[in-house]
Amino acid sequence: MKGRIVIDMERCKGCGLCIIVCPKKQIEISDQLNKKGYYPASFKEESEQDLEKVKCTGCALCAITCPDVSIEVYRQDKDDEKDESEED
Amino acid sequence: MPFPYRTGFTQFLRGASKVKKVFTRPMSLKDTPFHYCPGCGHSIIHRLVAEVIDELGIREKTIGVPPAGCAVLAYNYFDVDMAEAPHGRAAAVATGIKRVLPDKLVFTYQGDGDIAAIGTAETIHAANRGERITAVFVNNAVYGMTGGQMAPTTITGQVTTTSPGGRVPLRDGYPLDLSEMLGIAAGSVYIERTSVTTPKGIMKTRKALKKAFMVQMEDKGFALVEILSPCPTNWKMSPAQAVRWVDEVMTKTFPLKVIKDVA
Amino acid sequence: MAGKVLMRGTHVLGEAAIRAGCRAYFGYPITPQNELPEYMAAAFAKMEGAVFLQAESELASINMVMGASIAGARVMTSSSSPGISLKQEGISYLAAMELPAVIVNMMRGGPGLGNIAPSQGDYFQATKGGGHGDYRVIVLAPAYGQEIADMTRAAFDMADKYRTPVMILGDGMMGQMMEPVVFPEPLDPASFPKKDFVLDGCQGRPSRIVRSLWLDTNLEEELNWRLVRKYEIITEEIPDEEIYLADDAEVIVVAYGTAARIAKGGVHRAREAGQKIGLFRPKTLWPFPYEPLKRLSRKIRHMVVFEMSTGQMVEDVRLAVEGRCDVSFYGRPGGVVATPEEIARVLSGVYRRLDHGRGAAAESGHTFRSVGSA
Ligand SMILES: Cc1ncc(C[n+]2csc(CCOP(=O)(O)OP(=O)(O)O)c2C)c(N)n1
Ligand code: SF4
Ligand code: SF4
Ligand code: SF4
Ligand SMILES: [Mg+2]
Repeated sequence: MKGRIVIDMERCKGCGLCIIVCPKKQIEISDQLNKKGYYPASFKEESEQDLEKVKCTGCALCAITCPDVSIEVYRQDKDDEKDESEED
Repeated sequence: MPFPYRTGFTQFLRGASKVKKVFTRPMSLKDTPFHYCPGCGHSIIHRLVAEVIDELGIREKTIGVPPAGCAVLAYNYFDVDMAEAPHGRAAAVATGIKRVLPDKLVFTYQGDGDIAAIGTAETIHAANRGERITAVFVNNAVYGMTGGQMAPTTITGQVTTTSPGGRVPLRDGYPLDLSEMLGIAAGSVYIERTSVTTPKGIMKTRKALKKAFMVQMEDKGFALVEILSPCPTNWKMSPAQAVRWVDEVMTKTFPLKVIKDVA
Repeated sequence: MAGKVLMRGTHVLGEAAIRAGCRAYFGYPITPQNELPEYMAAAFAKMEGAVFLQAESELASINMVMGASIAGARVMTSSSSPGISLKQEGISYLAAMELPAVIVNMMRGGPGLGNIAPSQGDYFQATKGGGHGDYRVIVLAPAYGQEIADMTRAAFDMADKYRTPVMILGDGMMGQMMEPVVFPEPLDPASFPKKDFVLDGCQGRPSRIVRSLWLDTNLEEELNWRLVRKYEIITEEIPDEEIYLADDAEVIVVAYGTAARIAKGGVHRAREAGQKIGLFRPKTLWPFPYEPLKRLSRKIRHMVVFEMSTGQMVEDVRLAVEGRCDVSFYGRPGGVVATPEEIARVLSGVYRRLDHGRGAAAESGHTFRSVGSA
């Protein structure tokens, strides 16, 4: 199972709680201020294109912990993996 | 399904066929960004309440009663009918609504000062009447909104702006176990204390909130979830320190447990 | 209950409330008004969907009233002076949130715990905005059983029409007095138009908010001015008064509620003695009927304000009169009930001194502190 997160960096307040809970340590604090004046979190694998190399599992622990609902989590399966829960 | 999953079809990666959105904003939360401080427990708890409302499919029959406290603006975030109560009176306002509209679901959302100091009487009597309401009690051991003064739940020794040398029980009183007190009331049905400091605690809180709403849906009586909630700003800690302080210190005074369950 | 029935004031009020479509009552016991919640409890026990709840305090009960009003009900609470003090928090919020509600104050002697005897010491509290902030409450002051019935109906209608709390200001004596009353036809709450502020779950519409916090000062100012505009309309539409035997009068006694009944007895006695004395009785205390009293002040020489207090409404009388005639005050606070003879003596005393011409101004503004000093 591979995952991918999208952080809304304008919503993020840089509290860092997602960083603590990520078991794969794939989130870091960015060095760019957002409009609210916080250093937001950013996803290390943002530009990773190779599915094999991706460490994020889409476990969503980061999103569950994020106070500001700044993280969306996607889970993606490889072509050959079967997903039992059908999509809409 | 633990979450109100919404699915997406975005292709993110080469070689990925199925892309599923596994975490997104609950419908019962408006899009408005929270005004709460970084790492504030109120934000997490808002989301959890909204998720539960979504999951139970009760958004269109729920009325929320926010307090005076940091969460006073909760109506800016919940996309359900909301009535702001005077400080401490949420249980009474909720009682008035629920008695007139017994088929609707009414929840209060209150801080420790609101529910356990100025609103103690209203809360105990609502519980004792077995009022069919769900109380969300956010215990952050301080008066957050007014700048971090001592609260009824400030723990012994805790420094606040009005207990600068730390809370001294023989001068300031002991931290109040309101939830335990409410457990004694014959009309209370379900009372649990949880925290929102870890993913596990957060999921447990969500489960407790769901149950507290279901107790009301099943017309059983008064339900309350007390949630230990970080206030990094007034505790003068980083968000990381604040969650650790809840886990390591605050839970000693306020142990996480099911206080009453006769549902 | 067609035709005339003999009932005590508190029961009249309860029955009139129910006939006005009131289906929710929240209160806390306090003498002298307990017969009203008792009446509501008994009546609502037999009515499907009606809510009676004895709360743990007046604070709780006024906030339950707030909740019931938010939920769309015609709702009432009642109490007496010390309890009304506790309700002031909620009344301020009701005014700010523009929620309808009817609040009954059967006043008793005060300040403090005072006593349970009839009094009028809460005039300031009722009419000048007893709670915090820039707001007003409509205050109706019945004096007779029939008026209790009529004003209770009017109170609910006004509360809904203007979306504001309305207070019925009485006293323990009025509550106990048995009088014949004809009730209006009962209204069916199901027939009331739907209120557009009600919170009943956001089914098929956007979610709503009822609030009183406006951190943006411009919005709070806007609320304040909106309330003022509403109060101006109310001030135009509802002031009401009884003017009695005033056509040829040289002296007018101004009194409301129970005090006005006593004063009327005093006027009758003075008239029997050939003295030209009349009565002005405000039926609405807020808005106060300034204009008719002002007109009256041009024709007469002296006004005696009689209150069962140390002098509160007298300030509004002076505002209306603006020095056009002499104003003096006679008060019996603390729950003492003056007799018509006593008032007649006071009025006759003032009247006799008029014969010495306006030189009697020494009496102007005089406060008679006891029967003897009159
Ligand atoms: C009658 C009244 N007294 C005092 C206040 C000021 N006040 C607002 S919120 C609050 C306490 C908030 O503390 P708590 O309930 O613990 O909520 P928190 O902000 O910590 O979430 C106080 C004292 C008020 N609004 N009304
Ligand atoms: S989904 Fe899990 S693995 Fe991926 S970033 Fe979030 S916490 Fe880390
Ligand atoms: S938990 Fe949320 S708000 Fe905090 S740093 Fe991570 S993304 Fe930002
Ligand atoms: S002061 Fe504390 S409770 Fe209030 S928003 Fe900030 S962190 Fe949250
Ligand atoms: Mg608090």
